[in-house]
Amino acid sequence: MAPDQIIFILVAIISLVAALFVVTSRNLIHSAFWLILTLFGVAVLYVLLQAGFFSVVQVIVYIGAISILFIFAVMLTRNVMQDTGSQNNANWWVGALIALVFFGGLTYMLLGVPGFDAKAPEMQAGIDPLRQLGMELVSPDGYLLPFELASVLLVAAMIGAIYVSWEKKR
Amino acid sequence: MIPLSWYLVFAAAMFSIGLFGVLSRKNAIAILMGIELMLNAVNVNLIAFWRYRAVTGIAGQAFAIIVFAVAAAEVAVGLSLIISIYRRRKTVVADDIHMLEG
Repeated sequence: MAPDQIIFILVAIISLVAALFVVTSRNLIHSAFWLILTLFGVAVLYVLLQAGFFSVVQVIVYIGAISILFIFAVMLTRNVMQDTGSQNNANWWVGALIALVFFGGLTYMLLGVPGFDAKAPEMQAGIDPLRQLGMELVSPDGYLLPFELASVLLVAAMIGAIYVSWEKKR
Repeated sequence: MIPLSWYLVFAAAMFSIGLFGVLSRKNAIAILMGIELMLNAVNVNLIAFWRYRAVTGIAGQAFAIIVFAVAAAEVAVGLSLIISIYRRRKTVVADDIHMLEG
């Protein structure tokens, strides 16, 4: 077995186990920390896919911003159902069943995809995918409109978040 | 080399775990965590398909960037909504938030 395959299997198992803890852990702070481990695993997978830029973005955006937001939100809403009783609702087994059936169905469907066992093509020398991505994101023939829309969305989300969580003086 | 199938099965498993979290958790913050897992699984799929199927194209990467941006916006708004609800109702349990119920 090639070394990259061993790395993939180790990382995949660690992130999937961490993901399981995210959805089952009773203490939400622990859930948030397991989420960080899962996100790190996904960042390693991006490196294995030769998308180094995405693994950096994953670490900065997901681990640096989103997980911290989660931890702060958990701390701000503490002593609600903290460690008391189950964190799962009464229909959790229906959810588990749906998730299992979904996983089975998805895997079965994927088996029919042509090129399911494809090997990765070689990266051509001289073509820098990151440079290409940067050019495409700002070219009017490429993805300029979605790019600008994403920035508008981020501004709207920022203003909306500030407005919604503003404590109004009574 | 790692076959494409490994990434796809990994992403499917992670998506299902996230789906289970969304369907089974009581706490609204934990539900958002499940959504994050699902978005990550989708991103792994997008990047894997880009690498294995269309390495000369750019669509997979561009989609993944947009998913990153939307995930950040979604978490910011979602968590501020949850904190706002917590201030007014002293609860983050999704079952107890039913002001809009008819």
